[in-house]
Amino acid sequence: MALNLFKLSSPASFYPFAGRLIPWFVVLTVLLTVAGLYLGFVVAPTDYKQGEAYRIMFVHVPAAWMSMFIYVVMAVYAGLALVMNTRLSTMMATALAPTGAMFTFIALWTGAFWGKPMWGAWWVWDARLTSELILLFLYIGYMSLYAAIDDPRRAARASGLLVLVGVVNVPVIYFSVKWWNTLHQGASVSFGQAPEMAATMLMAMLIMSLAFWMYTIAIVLMRVRCEILERERQSEWVQEAIARERGNG
Amino acid sequence: MAEFVSMGGYGFYIWGSYLVTALLMVVEVILVRRRRQKLLTRLARISARNSQESSERKS
Repeated sequence: MALNLFKLSSPASFYPFAGRLIPWFVVLTVLLTVAGLYLGFVVAPTDYKQGEAYRIMFVHVPAAWMSMFIYVVMAVYAGLALVMNTRLSTMMATALAPTGAMFTFIALWTGAFWGKPMWGAWWVWDARLTSELILLFLYIGYMSLYAAIDDPRRAARASGLLVLVGVVNVPVIYFSVKWWNTLHQGASVSFGQAPEMAATMLMAMLIMSLAFWMYTIAIVLMRVRCEILERERQSEWVQEAIARERGNG
Repeated sequence: MAEFVSMGGYGFYIWGSYLVTALLMVVEVILVRRRRQKLLTRLARISARNSQESSERKS
């Protein structure tokens, strides 16, 4: 299967390609989630300080990582769309946004449910929590701005600019715990130095991060195929794809 | 089992986190699949009408 990236940038060839990939990512998501949860709840020991509460980490950290990572990928596609004006990159950015917003909400929600027993508060105007909340508003802003403008080209341009302006917020979130002395935990896992966590805890968290990544790819590919069908519904190949899809139900 | 559910007294917070996470991810999948189904039926109806119109024009 010659992976011709140029050919893949056309919606017509990307649509079937994405369709073939989705099942693999679904299987990977399920396997990794089961493995991650098993490690996290059965193998990983009780924390000497936090007892069992730390197990929220196995969804909180992956969700937070994904919320930042998805936004950066969205910014890349939005930038591509602005520069090269390729329809598929706008569709990818649009397909990524809802999942990014969901993971941001999950990071905030699970963070609050972890903060209440540990800090005694659901919410604190802490540098990291506040910048993550801004990230949620940026996602919602992007989606509503894109939906508000009828002409697809102008919508892509306006929302693309918003994403690019907002991308500065991601390093703020990441380094917030270093720049300001925050109530939020510093980076226990960072590039360049050994993580300060028990091996099984770390393994469970990394596997759950991978699981969330596979989930994101699967759901975004599914959503971008919807975007492609909607945008390209006039074209010939969509009619054939519809006939073929309707054929096998 | 009860001990597992209580999670050392933090059960509410742990399961509150995991249930909402699982719920949101499942709902998202359902929404995308439903969007796809509706789209396929709508496009199929449009293409059926188009082919019907073109056959009338031919006859």
